[in-house]
Amino acid sequence: MAGREVTQGWIPAFAGMTRRFGKGLPKGDGVGRGLTAWRAAAERLRGAWSPGYSVAAAVAVLLILGFLPFVKMGLVVNGFVLGAIIATGAIGLTLIYGNLNFANIAHGDYMAMGAYVAFFVVTDLLSAVGIQGQGFGPFTFGYPLLIALPLAAAVVALGAVVLDVAVYRRLRNRKVNAVVMAMASLGLAIAVRGLIQIIWTGEKLQFPRESRQVYHLPMDARIPPDSIFIAGLAVVLVVGVYLLLTRTKIGKAMRATADNPDLARVTGIPTERVIWATWAIGGGLAAIAGILLAVFQAQLLPSMGWEFLIPLFAAVILGGIGNPYGALVGALVIGVSMEVSTQWITPSYKHAVAFIIMIVLLLARPRGLLGRSS
Amino acid sequence: MALLEARDIVAGYGETQILHGVSLVVNEGEIVTIIGPNGCGKSTFMKAVVGLVRVRTGSVTFRGTDITDYPPERVVRTGLCYVPQSANVFPSLSIRENLEMGAFIRGDDARARIDEMFGLFPDLARRPTARAGSLSGGQRQMLALARALMLDPVLLLLDEPSAGLSPAIMGMVFERIREINATGVALLLVEQQAREALQVSDRGYVLSGGENRLEDGGPALLDNPEVARLYLGG
Amino acid sequence: MAGIYAVFALGLNVHWGYTGLFNIGIAGFFALGAYTAALLTSPAADPLLFEEFVFAGDWAQLGVLDLGVDLWFLVALAAAGAACGVVALIIGYVTLRLNDDYLAIATLGIAESVRLFFLNEKWVANGSKGLYQIPQFLEGWLPSDKYNYLYMVVVIVVLVALFALVQRVMQSPWGRALRAIREDEVAAAASGKNVFRFKLQAFVLGAVIMGVGGALFAHHIRFVSPLTFDPLLGTFIIWAMLMVGGAGNNLGAILGAFVVWGLWVGARFLPGELSDPNFRFFMVGVLIVAVILLRPGGILGELRRVTRRAAGRSAVRLDDG
Repeated sequence: MAGREVTQGWIPAFAGMTRRFGKGLPKGDGVGRGLTAWRAAAERLRGAWSPGYSVAAAVAVLLILGFLPFVKMGLVVNGFVLGAIIATGAIGLTLIYGNLNFANIAHGDYMAMGAYVAFFVVTDLLSAVGIQGQGFGPFTFGYPLLIALPLAAAVVALGAVVLDVAVYRRLRNRKVNAVVMAMASLGLAIAVRGLIQIIWTGEKLQFPRESRQVYHLPMDARIPPDSIFIAGLAVVLVVGVYLLLTRTKIGKAMRATADNPDLARVTGIPTERVIWATWAIGGGLAAIAGILLAVFQAQLLPSMGWEFLIPLFAAVILGGIGNPYGALVGALVIGVSMEVSTQWITPSYKHAVAFIIMIVLLLARPRGLLGRSS
Repeated sequence: MALLEARDIVAGYGETQILHGVSLVVNEGEIVTIIGPNGCGKSTFMKAVVGLVRVRTGSVTFRGTDITDYPPERVVRTGLCYVPQSANVFPSLSIRENLEMGAFIRGDDARARIDEMFGLFPDLARRPTARAGSLSGGQRQMLALARALMLDPVLLLLDEPSAGLSPAIMGMVFERIREINATGVALLLVEQQAREALQVSDRGYVLSGGENRLEDGGPALLDNPEVARLYLGG
Repeated sequence: MAGIYAVFALGLNVHWGYTGLFNIGIAGFFALGAYTAALLTSPAADPLLFEEFVFAGDWAQLGVLDLGVDLWFLVALAAAGAACGVVALIIGYVTLRLNDDYLAIATLGIAESVRLFFLNEKWVANGSKGLYQIPQFLEGWLPSDKYNYLYMVVVIVVLVALFALVQRVMQSPWGRALRAIREDEVAAAASGKNVFRFKLQAFVLGAVIMGVGGALFAHHIRFVSPLTFDPLLGTFIIWAMLMVGGAGNNLGAILGAFVVWGLWVGARFLPGELSDPNFRFFMVGVLIVAVILLRPGGILGELRRVTRRAAGRSAVRLDDG
């Protein structure tokens, strides 16, 4: 019996799993006890949890990490920027996950679509009417991109709603299970990417850009002005989503529908409209995330969205599915880890790092870092 | 005139048919209770009425309108509100937000009505920003009632309002039910606590095996020896 | 080619069609299988021909002595399957206890990690340049222009063997248990089935089959590089094959592979825009969505008596908890 206790408590994973299956947690050995204490602390925190709180905590932890002597500050700063982009995508993804109850595998490709639509707006549409320019202020891109941002967001938002009506709603009415929905989104992901390749070919593209000086920060960190723009816009969007979810009727209805769709219906909430709002917000945020990613990486590729799925889902899962604040924290954690990892291992392993963090955290906390214990 | 009239409802899930033709009438201002053994289709009947379960044959008429094929969000607009048995509040929303959601389809400002509800359920008024998920069972039940009342319904359907509650709180719930009824709202209850429910009811129905078994006045059913033996625990 | 894809479709059928496991990282197993086989059979390169040709070990030399070149091919097939099986075991062990969707993300992660591994670790398999001149099975028996027919026979033999295996397995009590899990996991668990164990076994079995497919592929194309296994040809098209043919039906999976591959290759000869590879890419996605919407059972659907019951379940939600 004692032996069993040790093995059960030994790997946190199994402690988590046994808890999930309701077998109770052995408290025999030290690791188990430490874990229990930690979990209790987390539980207590969750009671008084607020979005501002969680972000502050994550930022604090990550900054402490940044000031460790063996971590380059510049990488942490970069990580925050990458995290901001992931967050912009992941918040939309987690809302869709929570409200429609399936993993939208096409989310990355919605991002890519947003970037390409913005590219079209900047290089074709606006320049056709004589608006063009690059090197706006301290940024590498021109002010036309600022016009393209909302336009692309609107186009992708609309596209997401149209696809919902054309595909997902029909599946909903048929009451298929979540995996079939995800399957359909895989099909759409392929189709969207195919469409991008048909229109813009599979070649690398760039927004019209001009090289710009980077800013120097203390601790030998450098930050390109573009990154400040990315982070600033992401913060604005996150605050916007927060206000939407807590202050507006449709936002509250979105949360209600995520909680319990059937109850929402019998309460009189028009769940179809709520779902459209979710798609519109998720799609719009995805488009902006795609544009920001294209600015960050200084290139557009049809595969950029698909490859970004791993960090996106890692952030969503880390934060607990359906929890936008969790997704934000998860995104920052993933973003910083991905960047900081490049100090020791080849940068091209970044996505694998995101994947491994996700797996490890899944083992420790199957419901995510801030997961609700329902 | 009958407020709600369900005629020969046949419904079920997938290939399993649960209701084999249930008929029921609720008149204005009445409290009507459905009792019956577990699995007899009481809850399914309610879901069929509000549109969560499709009615295969039969009809539901409410205030003279045929609402048989209405989806739930449309049924609500006719003045018929439904409180499911469990999971009947939005746990991640605050008390106030739950009530706001209850008033989603009201055009006007819901604030006045929310204050009325806080008057009726002073327990809820104490912490309007508390998350519904953190409430006790009884408080949740009150919140669910209040949420359904936000729309000034003509008829309220309650699926086992006493489920999982302690006897004291259960008494309070039935107290509230009577108060709600006194304001002119008709109620249709499904109850396991047959004795308590029938005591407050004008009439009662006994379902069994997805079919009507008995129908009588509330007190009369209480006195019926067969009902007493089967459903009231002797 | 279609035959090789049919092997993958079979493997995916074990995952999705029978067990309901959502694997969107087939490319990972594909690549792993192909690389394993390639590494095992490739001789050390002639340094004069390929200056920078590096890869781990010269395994075939060892094999040649003992087994003869051609038996070594079979070893490669087995090893490819085993490699995938081991990876699937590890990943499955971690993720199969969790939510269904996590597996999808995890498989995606495997695919990406495998790709990055072979891309970055140049010492293993020549990095992005890939391995070329992979030896063929029974090379030299027939003139090279007829060789493809021989290999076709080999592929078909393997395919038929796997088909028979999967068919048998799925009709066994074990296969029935898998289907029970797919339809209603909770009920299956309640009736005393160790859901996790069954899922893990199915996941490993499917992955092994995919590994064998990867090995067959490597010996056919004779060239593998990290770019060979893109999501389109490594994952998406296989999904299209299974969906078209009919999930849950092995014959359907094979038929779907032939039909979709036929369309894919055939479309090359269409006039103008229609033959554009990007357009075909787009159509693969449309095809999947169309099949889900219009003919969820595929061409040869499985007789699904149970599924419709599952459909009504969402309506019962309010009763839960």
